[in-house]
Amino acid sequence: MIRDPKDLQRYTPQERANHWVVGISFILLALSGLAFFHPAFYPLTYLFGGGTWARILHPYIGVFMAFFFVLMFLRFRKLNAMTKTDKEWLSRIGEMVDGDDHNMPEQGKYNGGQKAMFWASVVCMVLLVVSGVLIWRAQFSPPLELVRFGAVVHAVAGAAMIALIMIHVYAAIWVKGTIRAMWYGTVTRAWAKQHHRAWYREMTGK
Amino acid sequence: MALQSLDIKQRSATTTPAPSVRKTAEVAKLIDVSACIGCKACQAACMEWNDIRDEVGINYGVYDNPVDLTAKSWTVMRFAEVEEKGRLEWLIRKDGCMHCGDPGCLKACPAPGAIVQYANGIVDFHEENCIGCGYCVTGCPFNIPRISKEDSKAYKCTLCSDRVAVGQAPACAKACPTGAIQFGSKEDMKDYAAKRIGDLKERGFDKAGLYDPAGVGGTHVLYVLHHADRPQLYNGLPADPGISPLVSLWKGMAKPLASLALGAVALGSLFHYVMKGPNEVSKETEKEVEKEGSQ
Repeated sequence: MIRDPKDLQRYTPQERANHWVVGISFILLALSGLAFFHPAFYPLTYLFGGGTWARILHPYIGVFMAFFFVLMFLRFRKLNAMTKTDKEWLSRIGEMVDGDDHNMPEQGKYNGGQKAMFWASVVCMVLLVVSGVLIWRAQFSPPLELVRFGAVVHAVAGAAMIALIMIHVYAAIWVKGTIRAMWYGTVTRAWAKQHHRAWYREMTGK
Repeated sequence: MALQSLDIKQRSATTTPAPSVRKTAEVAKLIDVSACIGCKACQAACMEWNDIRDEVGINYGVYDNPVDLTAKSWTVMRFAEVEEKGRLEWLIRKDGCMHCGDPGCLKACPAPGAIVQYANGIVDFHEENCIGCGYCVTGCPFNIPRISKEDSKAYKCTLCSDRVAVGQAPACAKACPTGAIQFGSKEDMKDYAAKRIGDLKERGFDKAGLYDPAGVGGTHVLYVLHHADRPQLYNGLPADPGISPLVSLWKGMAKPLASLALGAVALGSLFHYVMKGPNEVSKETEKEVEKEGSQ
């Protein structure tokens, strides 16, 4: 449903649905995973019907998320290829965070930060899936030393993933006019020109 | 599974002090391997007292029966045939939970109160709080806990904490016909062991000694070994057991620090927004786009 014909389509309905399936699974995984991460978060297990239910559900939600994450990876991997401009953008990220984007290099559909986020979350996801299989006692029983290694990797990658997604969400909140792209797919032309000028040109020919 | 609640030294996944108003003496079970005849009365007594019957398994061609610990067999005799100085030695070790001073299972457990350590040193699983994740198996340096296939809870030797709480010796110690299993205060058990070790040394076992490994803070199940310099002879009893550095890393400072870091990211974002303001589209860009649109 596009009310303003001048708005630019940034995500298709399929892309949005895919993103939210992954997003919801991630939230459930983060909440149940944190519960086992530190006793301070253990009460989060009540959201899942108690400790045992959280333990049972967490890996299945993980498998579910992994499947849809792979689909999302296939959809977006080409758009996230790093270029020279992205590296320059990343080297000047301090200016961006400081709130001054005047001298930032012109960006395509995604800026260097978004691409870095994409690849970092891919790495975390691979680590989480592999280590998650190693520590899934109900299904597998690999050698103990491997399970121990898996437990460390899973905890580290899980914490890193949560931090990454926090930054991802905050960036969307900070940059006004962004969240609607993931809700209903469009952004305003001004938004596109401001934040992703090369993509704006590509879309509008201006 | 036991119910004492006034004398808890440590409780899993709990960051505040456990109820510990009652102080009790440290206890220990002493297993004198040199006096064991492998009759398995201890195994029978264990299943009898705890009223648990494992499935009848199959014979693997060795005396070990069952062949490994299970959720229903909390102690097993492990038989090792070793040649020493041209003589065959039949080393029989009663395997089971060692009740470590510094228990790896308790350290690894994420469920509050699923594992406790009493002031007397007994490490006990409270299965009603167990969530079945198997982290205790990951944490244990002796590979003792077993997850039940029926209810997904972790089980192991309780050192008969229910009997000990009312002044009785564990069932295995009570049943042992040769006195190879002794029970009492840890001090007394060490004294008793010293006498046995003296005897063994006189009989030519000059490396006889007590197994009370310091790497796990000492244990509350002690072995008298004829070859204390080589505990591995006894079906792979670890020479220098300790909680794996991976488990210490996983359950040590890393987690509180990572939790703080996550909190810092969340708060950092909030204050970034408050101090830098939202990243809005500039009026300038809006006007430019409007102009382009009307061309």
